[in-house]
This record gives sequence, structure tokens and C-alpha cells, in this order.
Amino acid sequence: MSRVELLTPEGLRVDGRRPAELRKITSTTAVLSQADGSAYLEHGNTKVLAAVYGPREARHRTLVVHDRAIINVEFNIAPFSTGERRRRGKNDKRLLEMASFIKQSFEPVVITTLYPRSQVDIYLQVIQQDGGVLQACINAATMALIDAGVAMTDYVCACTAGWVEREAAIDLNHIEESSDTSEVTIAMLPKSGKVTLAQMESRLHVDKLEALFTLAGEGCKQIHQVLDRTIRNRAEELAQKLAV
Amino acid sequence: MNVTFHSPVPKAALDNKSNMRGSKKKFTAEHEMDIDDDEHHHENKLEGGIIKDPTIHVVTPAEVITSDAAFMRGHGTYVEDEKVLSSLAGVVERVNKLISVRPLHTRYAGEIGDVVVGRITEVAQKRWKVDVNARQDAILMLSSVNLPGGVQRRKQESDELQMRNFFMEGDLVVAEVQAFFGDGAYSIHTRSLKYGKLRNGSFISVSPALVQRCKSHFHSLSCGVDVILGLNGYIWVSAHVPQSLDEIDTEQVYSNKNKEDITPSDRESIARVVNCIRALAQDYIFINDSIISFAYEASLQYALKDLHKRHVMHDIATEAVAAVDSIKA
Repeated sequence: MSRVELLTPEGLRVDGRRPAELRKITSTTAVLSQADGSAYLEHGNTKVLAAVYGPREARHRTLVVHDRAIINVEFNIAPFSTGERRRRGKNDKRLLEMASFIKQSFEPVVITTLYPRSQVDIYLQVIQQDGGVLQACINAATMALIDAGVAMTDYVCACTAGWVEREAAIDLNHIEESSDTSEVTIAMLPKSGKVTLAQMESRLHVDKLEALFTLAGEGCKQIHQVLDRTIRNRAEELAQKLAV
Repeated sequence: MNVTFHSPVPKAALDNKSNMRGSKKKFTAEHEMDIDDDEHHHENKLEGGIIKDPTIHVVTPAEVITSDAAFMRGHGTYVEDEKVLSSLAGVVERVNKLISVRPLHTRYAGEIGDVVVGRITEVAQKRWKVDVNARQDAILMLSSVNLPGGVQRRKQESDELQMRNFFMEGDLVVAEVQAFFGDGAYSIHTRSLKYGKLRNGSFISVSPALVQRCKSHFHSLSCGVDVILGLNGYIWVSAHVPQSLDEIDTEQVYSNKNKEDITPSDRESIARVVNCIRALAQDYIFINDSIISFAYEASLQYALKDLHKRHVMHDIATEAVAAVDSIKA
């Protein structure tokens, strides 16, 4: 077999992680001054910038819903984000699909009925990709929405898990993703454990699915703690400044 | 027999006298514990090494504020399994039995009587749509504006046809929130000579949380600049117009022409004030007329073009805060 060895005999992965180990997460909110809310998030080498505008007046009269807000997601991948430069058109089916995934995972969580006749825009820009783009985007969008003060019943935390050779592994990187691994992305509400998105594009034996779901769920809870710390620190910092 | 009457004291005040602030009071650390059983407690120190103020109770979405069914849910909260949970990241506030979460960075949530600055986005049937940084555009009805010349009469079809002569798309207006519509949109009015079209100046937008309600939102600074602090975070800085209200040329209220004698030094002070406000907003400092004056004085030691530099902005803001504090002390 000429494939890359994804798991060493000691059970370590290509980047030296153990199977159930997440990559380092770096997160900041309020990175853009013009947007109502924004966040920058890194999962290892995957880097995403999210901006939220709104709730604001709906841009197109035809889209207005009289009793709730609509959520609009625009998803874009920078041409320089991959090893090989590649430009994607605005109407790339792949991008539109990703945008609709993200939209669907937020629709049940954002309390849209508080903002009748309005629109919430979420713009996502992938700056660098090294596997797990969808999870990074969902996590970044959550942070940006909270930063914008949009009411949500819970965080939405996303995590991927895949079957790397003979073991279930979490938070796959690009090498693991591209060597024919079955991968599942889950977006979860960490407090209630409800799942708002489960996405899988490859074949996987049904017996192995549950293990992946459990593992990804654990990952979501860990990610939630990291994001919550950033949000809380930012909130406390602002509260301090405004308390004077 | 001697009978004495004590004036009534609310129970909360007896329990916790030192922390009372009128009837509105923030949670204290001890208080948080007795209403909360399943709350995990955080260390009193932030990562940046800032000591946490124990009177500030910060929550994030889906965090349980209280599981006591006696409390009512206010803004920024929702109820699940008889618990009150937060739906925002912000500070918990309590008025008697009502619990609400105030977000620290959000869009403008108005109240009747607020002075707002807005931009006309659309001219529609008998009304203008105005962007006021809220979650919907505010509505300025044709019936809630003054006619040029101050004529008092019903608006006719001829007025409706020349609405663009009053306000056009892109014009800036200062107005007052008059009422709410059923869907939460604001109705605003300009039926006073204080309000109306804005000219002779420069616009700047800050976070609405930084402008607090106060007696007046129209200020004349000593540097010869007028400032209108809109409660929606939109601020208008303009050249001083030296006239009292009854001298205003009522024919000219809808004019699109700036006054002719704005000197380069006037323009420079306007730009300086705008940059000072931007510096204060960058450091998240409340904006009012006195702090703007102090920031202006602090900025005089720098050239105008340097006011965009981050460290200069920070220095100006720090100096202005120090000046305000020294006056208070």
C-alpha cells in the first residue's frame, strides 16, 4: 500500500496528536470595527473570519417575514487558502451548499421571533484551510453572533470525527481528510446535547457510526468551553469598562 | 403610651444595605449564591490579570441565571424547565422580581423621547425610512415634519409630491423617537426647530452603549464646534451656528447648502473632534460633552494627521479619562 501512514504503531496521528485530541484553538471576538459582531477562529492551521451584520432592515422587500428575522449566510474561500491557488466563483455549488448547512444549523437556535421584519447577515471568509472548514465556520459564526448581541438559546459548537485507519479520531486535518477517510461533522448545542447538523459525504459501516457521533459530541463540548472562555472574558472586559 | 412609626424599608435593603442602588440593583457575589444552586463559580481573576468586580454578574448564552420559579424573565433571557436562562452574553440586571440580561455590544434599542441621528434610506408613500442603527429602519411620517416657513396646516398631495425637496435619500437628520409600531419599528418626528436636516459637519458612528441618556444631547463645545450625540450611537459634529432658536431662518431648514463661511480652521477643529470621539470609542469610554472637550485639549499636542495612529488615539483617551477623574476627585 502506497498510502500515507495515518497512524503510527504507537497510535499517534500524522501531526502527533492522539486520536481523541483536538488541535489548538485560538479565538478572538470583535476583530472588525464596522460589523455588529465579528470573530476570528483558528483550529490548528484552519483559519476563519466571521462577520455578523444585524439584525437590520431586510435588504429585499420580497424576503421580509412579518413575524421573525431571516438569516442570510455568505460563505467564501480565499483563493490563497489552499496549497494550490484556486479561484472559486460566487455561485460555486460547493460554497452555496456549505452556506446552507451553516444557515440550517443556526435557524433553530437564534431566537428570530424577537426581530420581526429584520435580517441577520453572517459573512464567513476562510483564510487558510487545513481540514474541518465547516466546523471552524460554524464555531466562528457562533462567536460572531454572540458578539453582535443576537439572542440565541445556546451556543452552536461543531466538531468533526472520522475513521482514521483503525481508530475513531477527532478534528481531522487536511492530510487525514484527503486520504479517503470517512468523516462526519456534527453541530451540537452543548448544554442540551441536541444536534442541529450532522453531515457525512462518504460511506461508513453503520456499526462505526455511533463511536464517531459520541467522539464528535465530546469534541463539541470541549470546543464550547474554549469559546465560552473567550466570550466571557470579552464580556467581563467590556462590563468592567462600562461600569465606571 | 408612646407609639412610633417606622418608614417602610424594602426587604432587600435590610438584607444587603451596602449594595443598594435605588430599587435597581446588580447581583452581588453572595446574592448570586443564594438564588443559584447549579451555578459554577469562576475565579475572581480574568486572564489579563484584571481583578473582577464582584458586583458585575456576567453570563453567556444558555447559562442558568436562576432556577427559582419566583423570578420573571426579562429581555435577554428565556425560560426552560422552569429555569431562567440567558440568551445573550452580557450583564445580569434585576429590578425586583424581573431578571434581564443587558448585552454590552449591540444595536440600538430605543425609548420614546430619545434624540437620534439617522440617515434617510428610502422615500416612500407619505413617509421616509431612516436608518437609525436599530434592528429595523425607523419611520418618519410626512405628518411628523415641519413645513418650510413654519406654516401650520394639513399636509396635502402637493406636499407628498415634493417630499424629496424636504429629505432625500442619503440626507442626515436629527429627530426624536415618538412612538413604536406593533413590530417594534420606531416612529420618529422632527416637529421642533431643534430637529431636522443636518449640514455643515461630519458624521461618526460609535457603539450605542457609549452614549448615555442625559438632559441635553445638543452641545456647543468651547472649540467652536457643535456636537449632537444621538442615543443610537450616531454622532454629528458640525461648525457652530451662532443663533438662538427664534432667529433661525425657517425657510432654510431643508436647504442642502452648507454655510459659506466655514474657515479651514473650523474644518480642522471639526476633524479633530471627530477623531477624538473615535479615539474614545476605540477604548470603549462613555462619550459626553465634557470628555470630548478634555480629549480635544489632549489632542492639541498632536498634528491632525497623527490622530489616526492607534497609540496616539489611546494616549488621548487615557489623558481625557484622567482629566475627568481629577475633576471628580
